Parts: sequence; C-alpha cells; structure tokens
Amino acid sequence: MLEIGGTEVNLLTILVFLPLIGASIISILPRRSANLARYMALGFSLVVAVMAVVIFIETWNKDLAPGEFAYENQIEWFSLIGSSWHVGVDGISASMILLTALLTPLAVLIAFEHDEHPFAVMALFLFMETGMLGVFAAMDMLVFFLFYELGLVPMYFIIYIWGGENRDYASRKFFIYTMAASLGLLLAIQLIAFVVGDRTGQTLTFDMQTWMDVWPDLSTQSSVLGFSAQTVKWLALLAFAVAFGLKIPIWPFHTWLPDAHTEAPTAGSMLLAGVLLKLGAYGFLRLAIPLFPLEWVQIRTLRILGVEFQAVEVLAAFAMLSIVFGAFTAWAQDDFKRLIAYSSVNHMGFVAMGLAVFAAVYGVQFALSQNQPDLVLDALEHAVKEEDVATYLLPEEIGGRSAESLIETSSTKSVIAYRKLMDIEDGVTVTCGGAEVQASQIITDNVRTCDVSSFPRLEKERHHATVAANGAVLQMFNHGLSAAGMFLLVGALYHKAHTRDLRRFGGLWHLVPVYGAVLVFMSMASLGLPGLNGFVGEYLVVAGSFPVKGFEVYVLISMVGLLITGAYILKGLQKVLHGPVNPEWQHYHEHHHSLEISFRELLAVAPLMILIVITGLYPNWILPVINDSVSAMFAAVIGG
Amino acid sequence: MDFNPLDPNYLPWLIPVPPLISFALIVLFVGRSKFWSHILALTAVIISWVISWGVYLQVAYGIENFGAAVYGNSIDWLDLGETTFKMGVVVDPLTAIMLFMVPLAILMIFIYSIGYMNAYPEDDAHQKRSARFFAYLSLFAGAMLTLVVADNLLLLFVGWEVMGLCSYLLIGFLIEKKSANQAAVKAFMTTRVADVLMLVGIGYLYAMTGTLNFREIMYVNHGEMLEMLAEADAPLFGMSAAALIGILLVMGTVGKSSQFPLHVWLPDAMEGPTPVSAMIHAAAMVSAGVYMIIRMYPLLSAGGNPHAGDYTEPLMLMGVVGSFTALFAAVLGVGQDDVKRVLAYSTISQLGFMVAALGIGAYVAAAFHLITHAFFKALLFMSSGAVIHAMEHGEHHAHGHDAHGHDDHGHHELPHGAYGQLHAFEGEEIPEWNTTMVPDGIVLDYVADPNNVRYMGGLLNRIPITALAFAAGGLSLAGFPLVTAGFWSKDEILADALLVGLGDGNFYWLHVLVFVSLIIAATFTAFYTGRLWLMTFWGRPRSAAAEHATLMAGGVDDHKLAEVPYYLRWQKVLRDDEYVDDHLKGKSQLQKFFAVYRDSFPMQLPLVILSFFAIFAGFVGIHPDFWFLKIFTGENNYFKNFLAPTIVESIEVPDFSIVPVLFSFAAALGGLTAAWFVYGAQPIKAGQKDPVHNLIGDSAWAALQNRFYLDTLFLRAFYVPFEWFGRVVTYRWIDKETIDELLFMFADGAVWIGEAIKRLNYVVIDGVGDGIPRLIGMFGGWFRNIQSGRVQQYMLFVAAAALMLGTLLVALAL
Repeated sequence: MLEIGGTEVNLLTILVFLPLIGASIISILPRRSANLARYMALGFSLVVAVMAVVIFIETWNKDLAPGEFAYENQIEWFSLIGSSWHVGVDGISASMILLTALLTPLAVLIAFEHDEHPFAVMALFLFMETGMLGVFAAMDMLVFFLFYELGLVPMYFIIYIWGGENRDYASRKFFIYTMAASLGLLLAIQLIAFVVGDRTGQTLTFDMQTWMDVWPDLSTQSSVLGFSAQTVKWLALLAFAVAFGLKIPIWPFHTWLPDAHTEAPTAGSMLLAGVLLKLGAYGFLRLAIPLFPLEWVQIRTLRILGVEFQAVEVLAAFAMLSIVFGAFTAWAQDDFKRLIAYSSVNHMGFVAMGLAVFAAVYGVQFALSQNQPDLVLDALEHAVKEEDVATYLLPEEIGGRSAESLIETSSTKSVIAYRKLMDIEDGVTVTCGGAEVQASQIITDNVRTCDVSSFPRLEKERHHATVAANGAVLQMFNHGLSAAGMFLLVGALYHKAHTRDLRRFGGLWHLVPVYGAVLVFMSMASLGLPGLNGFVGEYLVVAGSFPVKGFEVYVLISMVGLLITGAYILKGLQKVLHGPVNPEWQHYHEHHHSLEISFRELLAVAPLMILIVITGLYPNWILPVINDSVSAMFAAVIGG
Repeated sequence: MDFNPLDPNYLPWLIPVPPLISFALIVLFVGRSKFWSHILALTAVIISWVISWGVYLQVAYGIENFGAAVYGNSIDWLDLGETTFKMGVVVDPLTAIMLFMVPLAILMIFIYSIGYMNAYPEDDAHQKRSARFFAYLSLFAGAMLTLVVADNLLLLFVGWEVMGLCSYLLIGFLIEKKSANQAAVKAFMTTRVADVLMLVGIGYLYAMTGTLNFREIMYVNHGEMLEMLAEADAPLFGMSAAALIGILLVMGTVGKSSQFPLHVWLPDAMEGPTPVSAMIHAAAMVSAGVYMIIRMYPLLSAGGNPHAGDYTEPLMLMGVVGSFTALFAAVLGVGQDDVKRVLAYSTISQLGFMVAALGIGAYVAAAFHLITHAFFKALLFMSSGAVIHAMEHGEHHAHGHDAHGHDDHGHHELPHGAYGQLHAFEGEEIPEWNTTMVPDGIVLDYVADPNNVRYMGGLLNRIPITALAFAAGGLSLAGFPLVTAGFWSKDEILADALLVGLGDGNFYWLHVLVFVSLIIAATFTAFYTGRLWLMTFWGRPRSAAAEHATLMAGGVDDHKLAEVPYYLRWQKVLRDDEYVDDHLKGKSQLQKFFAVYRDSFPMQLPLVILSFFAIFAGFVGIHPDFWFLKIFTGENNYFKNFLAPTIVESIEVPDFSIVPVLFSFAAALGGLTAAWFVYGAQPIKAGQKDPVHNLIGDSAWAALQNRFYLDTLFLRAFYVPFEWFGRVVTYRWIDKETIDELLFMFADGAVWIGEAIKRLNYVVIDGVGDGIPRLIGMFGGWFRNIQSGRVQQYMLFVAAAALMLGTLLVALAL
C-alpha cells in the first residue's frame, strides 16, 4: 500500500483524492472525444460510490465508542503550524459521504447534456466531489476549512460558464456571499487554533479532537489575548453560526440560494441542493454545537433593547422562519426551478430546527457536567420543563414546603421566576447537609455544594434531542435525494422546453406520461408523504422538538409551513401536468423533439426513486448508524 | 427469531400487500393495457378479501378470549437513542370488524369499476386511462388496508396520507378538466390542514409515552399510560397532555372525515369518477377518520367519564362538531340537485353522527354505524353512478352520436342550463382561475346534466335493479324502521344520547345537544333521501335523456322492450330474437348476454350484494332486550359483545327503552312521508321549480345550493390572504426589497469604498508615486539641458564656476 511519511494511506484518503485524480486526468486528455471525458468521469465517480458504500457498511458494522472514528488516517502534513492530514468518519459523516458519492455519478450523468467544454465540466464536477468529501472526512480544522472553500470554486465556474441567463449575477452573489461568511470562520478557526495550541503547549493546533477536549472546557473567567474568554467565545460562535447558517441556508441568509440554484445548470443544482447545503448543517453538528455547548444556552441581554435571549432561541426562530417563509415564498414563484429552490429553504429549516433542539439539550447537559451553577441555571431556562426543574435542582423540602408546591405558587413557572421567588422567601432557613441555610441560596448552593453527579441526567430531554438530531441528519440525507431528484426533473423539462415558466406549461401529462408519473412521485417525496423518505425525517424533528420546553410554539408555527409545502408542491404539479394542454406544446414534438424524459435522465432518477422508497419504508437501513453517532455525542459529555 | 410462515400472526402483513403489488405491476408493466390492469387489480383485491375474511373467521371463532389475545407482529423500524420504534400489524376485535367490511366493500367497488369504466365510449378519457385508474384504486385499497391492520399511529398515518394522495389523483383523474384538478387540490389541502395538526399530536404522544403502539398505550397494564397522560400538563392552553393530544388527533379526523369547518372538500370531491366517490365516502378515506378516533377513544376520554357527564376536551370537541355537522350537512342535503352531491352531504352528515356518538362515549354505536354506513353508502354511490351512466346513454340515444353529445360531459367549464343562473349570486363574478389554485365554491356548484336530478324522473322503469338497490340504500340511510341496517345503528346512537343524557334524572348537556341535533338531522336525512329517490326514479321523465336512459350496452330494441314488464326483460332479450338488433339475432344466449349486459352486469352485481348488507347488516347489533331481535336470531347483541374486548374499559350500554325507538320511528317516517307528499304524490314537471324552493324563497334556496357561501368565505379569508402573504410579503417585501436590498447596500458600499480607495490611489498614492518619477523626470529634463555636449557651454560653465569659487575664496580670505 501507498505510504506517505511512514503512514499508510487508507481507503478514506484515497476516496477523497480519487475524484481529484480523475479530474486531473480528464483535464489533460486530448480534446478529441467528448464521450471519453464523460464516461471517464462517470467511471471515476462510480468507483468512488462503491468505495463510499464500502466505508458506509464498515462504519455500520463497527461499534464505535464515543469519540472514536472509523477509517482514521493521520499523515504528517503541516507540522509547523500543528496541522496534519487527519481524516476519519463516524455515522453522520459516513452517511453524508454516502450521499455525496451517490449523487455525484447521477449529476455527472445529467451533465452529459453539456456540449460546451465537456472536458472542463466533467473535471469540475469531480473536483467538486473531492471538495465535498474532504469536508465530511476532515478531522483537522485546516483540512476542513480548505475543503470547505475548495468546493466553492468549481461550483462558481459551473454556474458561471454553464448557467442560465442571469448566471453572472448569480455566480458572483453565490461566491462572494459565501466567501464573506467564511472569512469570519477562518478568523475564528485561527483564534481557536492559537488558544488551544497555547493550552496544550504548542504554537498552534488544528486537531479537531484536541479542540473538543480543550476549547469547550475553557473557563469563561480566563482571558484570551487580553479579552474575556466569554466574549471571545461568543464572537467565535457567531462566526461559526453565520458561516454555517448561510450555507444551510437559514433565513435570513438564504437569498443567494434561489439565484444560484435557478441559474446553475441542472447537474450543478443537483449537487448544490443535494450536498453543498448539507455542509452547513454538518458544520453545526460537528463543530458549532460541540465546540460551544454553553454559549448556545447562556442567557444574554441585547444591549440596545435589553431583551434577554439565548442563541438556541435565535436559531430555532430562524429555523421556524425558514420553514414558514420558505414555503410561502416557494408558493409565490412562477419559475419552476425557483420554486424548488425555495423548497430547499423550507426543508432545510427542519434540519435547523432539529439542530436547535440538539444544541439546547446538549448545552444543558454540558453545563451539568461542568458543575457550574450559574451556567446550569441559565441553561436550564431552556430545554427543561418547569415541573422537572424541582426534581433536577432542589432538595425535596424547602422551609417545610415541598419544592413542587413552591413552584406552583409562582405565577410564571420558569427558573428565573423561581430564583426570584426564592429571593422573596429570604429569611426562611432550611436544613441542607446538616446546616441551616438561607432558602434564597438554596438553588445555587444545591448546585454548588451538593454532588452534581447525583443529578438526573436529563434523560427525557436527551431522548427528545436525540430523536430531533436523528431527524435532522436523516432529513439532510432525504433532502439530498428528493431535492436532487426535483432539480433533475425540472432540468429535464427545461432542457427540452427551454422555459421554466409555470404559466406557460399546463396539461403536459398527456404528452409526457412517464415524466408525469416520476414528477408526481418525486413531488410527493418532497412534500413528505408518509411511506416515502421525507416524512420520516420531518416526523422525527417534530416529535423530538415539540416536547422540549420552549420549542412548542416554534413547532406549531412551523406547521403552517408544512401546510404550505403542500400548496407549492401541488402548484408545481398542477401548473405543469394538469389542466387543458397549452397549445404551445400540443405539437411541439412534431416540430422540435419530444418533451418526454430521456432514457439517460430516467437512468439518473431511478436510483433516487429506489432509495426514496426504501428509506420511506425501512429507514432503519441508515438510521442506526446516525443514531449511534448522535448518542455518542451525548455519551461523550456524560462520560466526561 | 424463528420465522414460521404458517404462524397466523404474520397473516395481517399480507392483507395490504396484494393491492400494493398490483399497483406497482400496473404502473411498471401494463400501464397501457386495460385488460391486464383489470385482471391484476381484481385478482389482488380478491386475494386480500379472502385473507381478510379468513383472518376474521379465525379470530371470531378460533381464538379464546379474543381481545386480550390478538394476532400481531412487528419489526424494528427506527433506532432512536436507546429505544427502538417498532412497526407492526395487529388484529384485535375492532380491526377484525373492519376486515369484514373494508375488503368486501373494496371488492364490490372494483367489480363495479370494471363495468363503470367500460361503459364509457371507446375514445373517452376514462377508457384510455383505465389502467391508471385501476393502479390508483389499487394503491388506495392497499393504503386503506394498511391503515386497518396497523398496530401503531405512525403506520396508520402512512395509510392515511397515501389515501390522501390517491384521492387527490383520483378526484383529479380527468386531468384536462380544470374543475377536477381544483377539487383535487382542495381536497388535498383541506385535509392537510388537519393532517399537520395530527402529526404534531402523534409526535407529542410519542414524546410523552415513547411508543405509538395502540395496545401499549391503551391496553397494556389497564391503561396505565392513559392515566399518566391524563395527569401530565400539556405545554399549551393549560390542558392535560391527553387532552391536547386528543384534540390534535380529533382535528385529523375533522379533516379526513370531513367535519365542519373542514368539510368543504368533500362535495367537490364528486368530480372524481363515481367508483372513487364510493371509495372515498364509504369504504375508505372518510371511514378512516372515524376509525382512527374509535381506535384512540380510550385516549380521547382519558381523565373523564362521558357516561357520567364528565367530558374531556376532545370529547366535547367531537360532540359539538359532530352534532353540528350532522345537522348542518343534512340541511344542505335538501337543497342539492346533483345526485352525487346530495349523497356527499349525506355522508358528511352521517359521519357527524358517528363523531357525535363518540363524543358522548357511545363507542359501540359509533363503530356500528361506521360499518352499516359503509355498506349503504357504497351502495348508494354506486347506484348513483349507474344512474348517471344511464342518463348519459339516454342522452346519446336521444341526440344520436353527434360530436357535441354528452359523452365527454366532464369538459364543461361554466354553468349553463336552466338552473345555472341560480348558482352565482348577485353581483358575483365567476372568478378566473388561471393564476390561483384553490377553487371557489361557486364555479363548482355547476351541476353536470347527467347528474342533475331535475332532468331525471321515471327511471324506475328504465333501470329497475338500480332503482331498487338505490331504494334499499336510501331506506337504510333514512333509517327506515326495523328492516334496514341504518335504522339499528342510528337508533343505537340516539338511544345512548337520550337514555344516558336524560335517564335517571340526569341532565348531561352534551348528550342532550347531540340527541336534539341528531334527531332533527335524522328527519332531514329521511326527507332529502326521499326527495332524491322520488326525483330520480318516480313520476315521468323530465328530459329526453331520462326517457331513453339505459345501462345496456346496445344491440337492443329499446322501445319495444320498454313495454315489457321489467322483471321479464332480460328473458326477452336473451331468448326472443325480436327484441334484439339484427346483428344479434340468432346468436347464443351467452353471446347476447355479453353484448347487452357487458357493462350493466358488473355494475349491478355489486349493487345486489351490497343491498343485502344494507338491509341485514343491522341485525347483528340489536339491543338484546328488544323483542324484534328475538324473532330473528334470539341471540345476544353480537356486535357489542364482539367489539367490547377491544378496550380495557368495560362498555356500558343503557337498558332498553322504547322511547328513543319511537323517536327514531318518528324521524324516519316523518321525513319520508313529508318527502312523499312533496315529491311523490305529485312529481314535479320539467322546468317546474323545486317545491322547497317555492317554500323558502330564492335567496335561501340559492344559499342552500351555494353551501351557505362557506367555500367562498374560506377562499377569501384564507386562500387569498395566504397567497398574498407569500407573493407580496415574504417574496417581494422581505426577500427582494429588504434582504436583497440590504445586500446590495453592502455591495454598493463595498464598491463605493473600493471606488474611494481607487480615487485615493489616484490622488494621493498615485500623486506621490507618480510625482516622484515626474520630479525626477523634471530634474532629468532640466539636467539634460546642461548636458548639451557643446564645449563652449561647458567652458562657460567652468569659467563661471571658477569665477564663483575665486570670489568665494577671496571673500573668505579677507
């Protein structure tokens, strides 16, 4: 086997670089036969897909301990600044790698339709695949960031060269917008690398696992570069959240997406919606949440208005707005592709919602494990129900009254109200640990002096959060399938009809029976019809979020979005397939060519349809591996 | 785990599978073949039916203590944290009863559909898309059977939603027809309002209990979980968790079973081919809603006891909504001219009966009415389909086979005909639907001619079997005393409401409300049923189409045959050559049969079979103390005894009393008698106004025909603002004019800064940068002047310098 610097190169590393090798070969091929480039690109991506399946199955079969990764491979690379080529997969990244590797061959198959610069387009798609795979595999932050940015470049060119009429604007907006957000991310990464390196006796370190061990535990009292660690952490979180949120995209950072999607060529849209959006969500789950557990749940006051808020609340509210506004805006579109593009905002909103729930509960769990009373109190404000606060925090009796009865007397049942209540009850003393204690001090004392490890481990909340996070990851996978499928179908029609204007279609089902059936199927998957994949993810997010305190309202309002999802999906179907046949198309096939889906397109959409049905009927083919990784994240906190 | 394929616990899995397979096969392989799609679909349904009845017989007679012991099996479906969500099937008494009814009704609908679709002319869209129709129908059947055998709410919800999709596809079956598509979208969206709420309910229930399995929630440990749910506080509205979950689930039923105010989709759903209406309104979709709340009844009533007047919130919701819907829809049923739409309102009304019954805890009565209703309503819909076909044939016959005939009656877009002007109320423009999607009630109130009872009359002589079957179903719907199934099930609901609500000196408000509403609704029901039958079949034909209406495929001398008494006709046709056309003369009886009764036989066979059930299915559920029962069976209340073990709670049925029976008698007979005097004694003539119209006046009649303008109201109150919100607020204002404008501002700012820096470069940096070379250049230029190469000049410079130096030195020396 190949060795670099004394370390063997493993399958995962090869997987990441194989598309790049393919791209290089294609770009130096003699420009004779376009088909050579096409089939070579297809071949490379298929080999990558097979490797990804192998990696997925192996990860499935491995029982990974918390913090353990499969296919770990560390090769010396940039030791001077504490960075190495370090890759590995857990369940979450394995499923994302699977998604990437499955979608790329299909996108390549669709990209066969480009007769302009066929070599360049094929090379760029493979190049992009390397970028995406590298992000999911990275265990070193510099590698992560490198690949995170690397994916942008081919996408920019794909939109800019093969895109629609307005590609100039769209590609530039896409590139600059995402680059701008990445700047903050880069700064934050360097900062953390410096601080973590400092604490571990190195100049810099970019190793993700070292980060996980050091950075979240970093005391907020300490100072970093002369600033308080709290401020620095908060700013770093902001940088991470904005960069990843923009990628998901969360409302209100979503406006680049409809433009980019609409102008991108079909294959580009497939990968953009199918995989690139997942990078953001993946970044949240892998980095933004575990690196800043406390920052998500700390209560902050907005200087200007004096409003108290928590970061998770903001995330949840934005997720809700993505769901609702995304759906409404999609409904308003008359451009078929734009409609589907906005549907991505709507669907990825559910991912964000699941992540918010996860962040909330993860933060509380972490605060408990940190034995930091104030943090616990802040954190508990979210995610734990009032009636449970008593059991989590209080001795059974206070001043002769049961904790529960005290809480019931409080008009607003929240921890803060409870704290105030205790202040009022000043002077009441209780016996705690054999000594008379002021009741007002009870809560903090209880946290401080009593054994935190005896606290219940938030089992209920943890279960809900696990369900929601499972749902979020599954929704990422499902959206990858159905959004790619929808874009494929829109593109298939556009490629032949040369218009995407819904007002010009109508009654096409007669003319394109097969296309019609596939479109109905894919639309239903996108709509979340039970029995198909989309439903499982959305259900899990709803079931996991609704019972968590503070999220009820968000979920209920999001249901409006789910309702409107039906409206825009049916709008698309109705405008394209139903109604009287638009005379424009009645004899189109006689003068031009048939509008019916071509065999190549059918070949590309069939695997998606099969996976959609399988995932809908038996989601457990993929969920256990996701579930193990999500549970392991909690286990890592509890175990510590 | 050992897998024993003969273990009956696996059997329920197999029930929904054959139709699903036939769906896949038709879609993938025989999408163009009418013949093979019919064969596949029918075979699959027959297999399902055989297995279902096999399971039914086995559980009914083969299991000791059925209810505590059940058939069931499950698989791991989702790993969530340390728990695993299981997906499975179960056959308990309630499922068993559904397994008796549903596959039978579905089978009848399939047989009927073959005749129904074939009865269209060869070039009609129905014929050409027959395979697609049977594919959808198979999927529908598979989904309904999935729902029935599901052992948990999530699988039930899968079947529930897939049925929603099928109804969308089937209602919009004539895809070129705009109104059909609008009706389909309306059905889908209206039920989706309810479904998303139900989804939250399911999610919340799962979060609270960690399971969605019916028996684990409601049966195991005597409903321990229910107690927990009834005591836990819900996060919203200060209810108990059980109440909140219950309300969310009931909302699902309000949508699916078409209860007020989400009933608006169902009358429009009549746009689908008639077998679809039978499917949606009888065997499957709407029954599913009621089935679900019957299934979840212990949860809905957790924490209360309706038999003691202690209602939980979900029960109150059901009682109030159900009784209002029953009455409201029954009133609307009086004012409809479309034969199918009358039946649609009757369905809404009857579902209201069931929902109201559950609201007051009449568990058995609700289930009983669900079963009998399914039979007689399927019968009525299929009969009405036969009527419509007969009218279409009659139209053909009357006008010849011109291109402008009514073979494609579905292509009318706008109201026309004698009564069209009534439908749009004053000042109302008929809206243009090019840019919007939810239909307005007004356009759809147009009644297609073959469906319009005003053009019928006298069909008894033309299609006698259908007329009698329709009568059987109609009497059952009206609750004709003692001999029809509908009477017994309806009576049981009324008895429960009256005897519990006012018995023993109690006064339970919900019971009383339900009783009063339902008894009035029952009277109206009897009246409009009587009206419908009399308008359709009685009196003289009011149009040429009615005069020539027939279900026979042709080849018969119609006029000659009309003189023969109808019970002798088929013999004449088959045996006597003088009644058939030339090309059939001398053929064998079998050949004649296939030529003449090709369509009517498969259409009417199910009618006959269902008529049997519409009449006799009621005898299984008669109160044991009622003398009538003893004449027939002498047995106990079989239905109740069979169903009762489904739930842990013991089911109380009030003691027998003659009072509610008398009320039932009065309602049914009163309504029917009134209908006879208004429509039967003197049948209305062509062009004559409806007597009820005369009675209540134009505006009230128009309001009736336009569903009290509720659809229009919803359109304006919800659809229009929602659409505006999406188009204007979120897209234009927020996305385009705020967020993107902000971005542009940033971009413009960046460009401005860039420009400014450029200027700065130009002025300052370029100024300095360019200035230095320029200065050097200037200096150079100047310097060049002195380096001219001319010796005299050099000498002059040298002389001048020497002079200056000399002067300097002299000055210093001094």
